Amino acid sequence: MKNLICFLFLLSVLAPAQAIVNGHEYPFEDQERAEVFRVLANELRCPKCQNQNLADSNAMIADDLRRELYQQVQAGKQSEEIVDFMVDRYGEFVLYRPRVNAMTYFLWYGPAAFCVIAAIAFGLVMRQRRKQSAQQDKNQAQTGDQATYVNPSASSHNDETPSASADFSAEEQARLDALLNGDTSSQPTDKGK
Amino acid sequence: MKRWALYIPFVVFVLLGLLLWRGLYLDPKYVPSPLVDKPFPAFSLPTLVSGESKTEASLKGGPVHLVNVWGTWCISCKVEHPFLVELAQQGVAIMGVNYKDENDAARKWLKDLGDPYVFSVDDEEGTLSMDLGVTGAPETFVVDSQGVIRHRHQGPITRANWDGIKQIMDQLAQETAQ
Repeated sequence: MKNLICFLFLLSVLAPAQAIVNGHEYPFEDQERAEVFRVLANELRCPKCQNQNLADSNAMIADDLRRELYQQVQAGKQSEEIVDFMVDRYGEFVLYRPRVNAMTYFLWYGPAAFCVIAAIAFGLVMRQRRKQSAQQDKNQAQTGDQATYVNPSASSHNDETPSASADFSAEEQARLDALLNGDTSSQPTDKGK
Repeated sequence: MKRWALYIPFVVFVLLGLLLWRGLYLDPKYVPSPLVDKPFPAFSLPTLVSGESKTEASLKGGPVHLVNVWGTWCISCKVEHPFLVELAQQGVAIMGVNYKDENDAARKWLKDLGDPYVFSVDDEEGTLSMDLGVTGAPETFVVDSQGVIRHRHQGPITRANWDGIKQIMDQLAQETAQ
């Protein structure tokens, strides 16, 4: 096991650094440079294509720019320098990770701002609802003997369960008994509406 | 809730609709050139025909130039070429940039189809074209008498789009005369 780890370690150190992009091998002296190349080839957009990065595109210009990118990375240029080189020539269009500036504030901060606004709106609505229901509870408490009120849909559901009879007032209970006894004629119909 | 707040979703919907509606009529291929209003990039390249070396200085002090990027491998350039010859006959100064081309084929092209260019530089490596941010041929730049790029046109110049370019050139010529 220890030997295997040693072997893998040696392999990773001794193996020539390279980036494989678009089916081509791009050899580098160290892994770090290869990584810079790989990242940039994936983050720079082919200026001729609608939606492909340099690594993906087979357009002539993408091929040229990959070569230019390779040369610049090998020459030891920093990522920022290379990106500046591309933007100076092809515009911000080539950046898949747009820079933060006045033109892109909406792009960068829009979604976060939208979430904040939505959260505030949600909070306001909830607060209002809570206030409303608190008000309702208070009103009900004030009416005293009707505190055991159940809403009409619930009471109709309770019709068949005798145990629910506690929920009815004396008058309602009398009416219910009449109905259950089939004595409908004894009740004025307008009350049933 | 305030009554006006009910209109917010509707207003947002209308704004979003306007944005997307406008997007329908934009050309997704149009990319503004960052080189507009910047000096023409420095270069030192041999001309295609005589082989003498030219630099960006040859664009300064003269009339308003068109700089046309072309190649014999480019089909749209062949479509554009007769119109460029016509423009040259009308007295429009055009500098050619022969982009990643075979020199012999390019010379033959000029001999057979006519040479509309004051001179064409041989950009075999594509270095000048890269500095110009060229993404494909043909591509044409309007360069004023100070050697500053003022407009970039992608695709062939045709009778249909020439008026717009001519207007820009005339305006620049007037500026220079003043």
